[in-house]
Amino acid sequence: MKFERFGRLFVAIATSAVLVCAALLNTACEKRDTQGGPTGQSDAGLPKEIKVGIYMPMTGPTATFGTSSVHGFQMAADELNAAGGINGSMVKLIVEDDQGKPDEAKTVVTKLISKDQVVAVLGEVGSSRSIAAAPICQQNKVPMLTPSSTNEEVTKKGDYIFRVCYIDPFQGEVGARFAFETLKFKKAAILTDIKNDYSVGLSKTFKEAFTKMGGQIVVEQTYQEGDTNFNAQLTGIRAANPEFIYAPGYYTDIGQIAKQARELGIKNEVPLIGGDGWDSPKLWEGGKEALNGCFFSNHYSISDPSEHVQKFIKSFQEKYKGETPDALAALAYDGAKVLFDAMKRANSVKGDKVRDELAKTQSYKGVTGLISINKDRNAVKSAVILEVRDGKYVYKDTIAPPGMTAEKPAAAEAPKTAEEPKKEAAAK
Amino acid sequence: MPPLVKKLLWSLGTVGILLVVNQVMVNGIGGYGIPAQDYYVRVLTLVGISIIAAVSLNLINGYTGQFSIGHAGFMAVGGYTAAYISFYYGAGILNTLQGLPLPVALTIRLFISLLIGVVFSALAGFVVGMPSLRLKGDYLAIVTLGFGEIIRIIILSIDSVGGARGFSSIVQGATEPPDQRMFEFLKESIFFWVFLFAVITVVIVKNLVNSTFGRALTSIRENEIAAEAMGINTTRYKVIAFVISAGLAGLAGGLFAHYDNYLNTNSFTFVKSVEVIIMIVLGGMGSITGAILGATVLTILPELLRDLQQYRMVIYSLLLIVIMIVRPQGILGRRELSLSGLFGKKKTV
Repeated sequence: MKFERFGRLFVAIATSAVLVCAALLNTACEKRDTQGGPTGQSDAGLPKEIKVGIYMPMTGPTATFGTSSVHGFQMAADELNAAGGINGSMVKLIVEDDQGKPDEAKTVVTKLISKDQVVAVLGEVGSSRSIAAAPICQQNKVPMLTPSSTNEEVTKKGDYIFRVCYIDPFQGEVGARFAFETLKFKKAAILTDIKNDYSVGLSKTFKEAFTKMGGQIVVEQTYQEGDTNFNAQLTGIRAANPEFIYAPGYYTDIGQIAKQARELGIKNEVPLIGGDGWDSPKLWEGGKEALNGCFFSNHYSISDPSEHVQKFIKSFQEKYKGETPDALAALAYDGAKVLFDAMKRANSVKGDKVRDELAKTQSYKGVTGLISINKDRNAVKSAVILEVRDGKYVYKDTIAPPGMTAEKPAAAEAPKTAEEPKKEAAAK
Repeated sequence: MPPLVKKLLWSLGTVGILLVVNQVMVNGIGGYGIPAQDYYVRVLTLVGISIIAAVSLNLINGYTGQFSIGHAGFMAVGGYTAAYISFYYGAGILNTLQGLPLPVALTIRLFISLLIGVVFSALAGFVVGMPSLRLKGDYLAIVTLGFGEIIRIIILSIDSVGGARGFSSIVQGATEPPDQRMFEFLKESIFFWVFLFAVITVVIVKNLVNSTFGRALTSIRENEIAAEAMGINTTRYKVIAFVISAGLAGLAGGLFAHYDNYLNTNSFTFVKSVEVIIMIVLGGMGSITGAILGATVLTILPELLRDLQQYRMVIYSLLLIVIMIVRPQGILGRRELSLSGLFGKKKTV
């Protein structure tokens, strides 16, 4: 058909023409300002409403992590707003669900920054999601603060990325020191969730620290998040006859592991020791009595008698109908408060100013201990060891970073002494 | 007009349009950007990648009638291979191409990474398809399901691609300080590349399907025994279709790796394979435009529903169910959308 041919030719010529015009236009006009993500901020002073973005797994396998954290954030924001906000400006939290997927986290953070124009981002729990989303915050010069991603990589993504928890190497070391020094164990078995970067990292540093102190790793086994049968691994562990099993997985699998271990005849005298991934009210439901006598390192203890900790627990329970705040909620609460505090000191929501103030955070008295941000933008703080006892997590010990004295709960109210230089040294 | 000239003009036109759209999407017009454009560009780029994945899967699931549920596995192979090349050999490739202008050298680097990714995923397709496509029935589904999981576990245990930690800073490479040239280049142009490859994928699949080869595939779908009786070497055709489909999935994976600059095996689970299947089932099995429509709708829909907060996935699932009840054959069924069709012209078959 003649007409059709002409039509196609016309389209082709037209597009080529448009292409040429666009090329000319492009060279002629200035590029869009790509500097700071959120536009329209004045240099000094605060806007009426401060929008803070949150990305968390509200659905998916680690949904309880997300719910706990968001409760913590929300409580910090509500308390702040009730007390007059940041120099009179109210904080508004915008929560987005990333379903626990790294690519989804990237999309969500892009949305928060470019569509909602948030001035700071809080999240995530899982390190892989934090690692995926951090570069976007860095690129847009929006400060990001993760309350509970413990993998080292996260804050290496740039100078706008902070955290208020300790890092994996420290937690692995804490497990090793507790087992070796406090429990006097020499023979360890390791059971790693190979699919989980967190678990792999903890096992690695635990192994290094434990063997360095003179302990022995008698057997190493792996499983995958979501497995339901651990007989093969546990039989291997039983054969090696360890004094304890280091199992730094998530709470979702630990219950089953403990149950099946006891069924196989590995007695409660051989405890499982884990990390903060165990911390969830659901842990006990999964394993019940099989978990008695097991230990895990955590960020804080609800049996800490300090006044501000008890006050936090009380108001949290009031707000969320009797729900006891787990460490993720406490960390989220602290994280949000550290961020608000930095904004207040900066008296601005401009990315670089908030970042500078965040970096200056020293000995902030949080629910999870004294928080000091070191030059790698990680928090330097102690870890607590909790023992699982009949559905309760009982405080057992506090392990401080090397060079810092442990601040045990009884002495938690002690004045903040000149610990800073020491902390700085330890932080390197 | 000679057909060659016509084709040339068509390709030039397409490239031109994509370049213009890319320019508008990334930099805005005359200094004015679209509000929240980072977000919209990201969603649209993901749409492009989904289109490649869906259209390629349609070749095997829709046209050949074989049921593969390992598409995410092939995407992972292509993605991780392309990422590996980019990360470890990217700087080397750029050094060898020193004489060329930077954008050209970077384009060649991108093509090399993607191509090797495609070759590896096609090879994986061959290895998986060769034994399992000889059989009739559901064996392919089982084998591809297993394959997807195996690939993921293998990647998890390879430390040089990050293992469980994920593979980050893919385009920057291992050098210190990180080489930002590729990153800056892709930031400006990845939208263009994704859609260029989406168009290429559609053209490849369309030409395949509308050829003797494609009719052989359709005959296998309709009745394998009859096809064999007609002298079609069914295994050979099925394997070829499967290898092409796997290779194109690898292309989607490679583009995803270069776009996201971070890979994690959690992005390539069985759920991802199912998502791609839903795209083609929803759009219409055995329709290219249906696959494109399905990929677009299923990538944009969850974003549109974001305001519903925790009810989002519930509504999303409900919508899928409703669509499947109302149109079990998919939105388009086996028909194709076309511009001439829209304007009421009848297409001669």
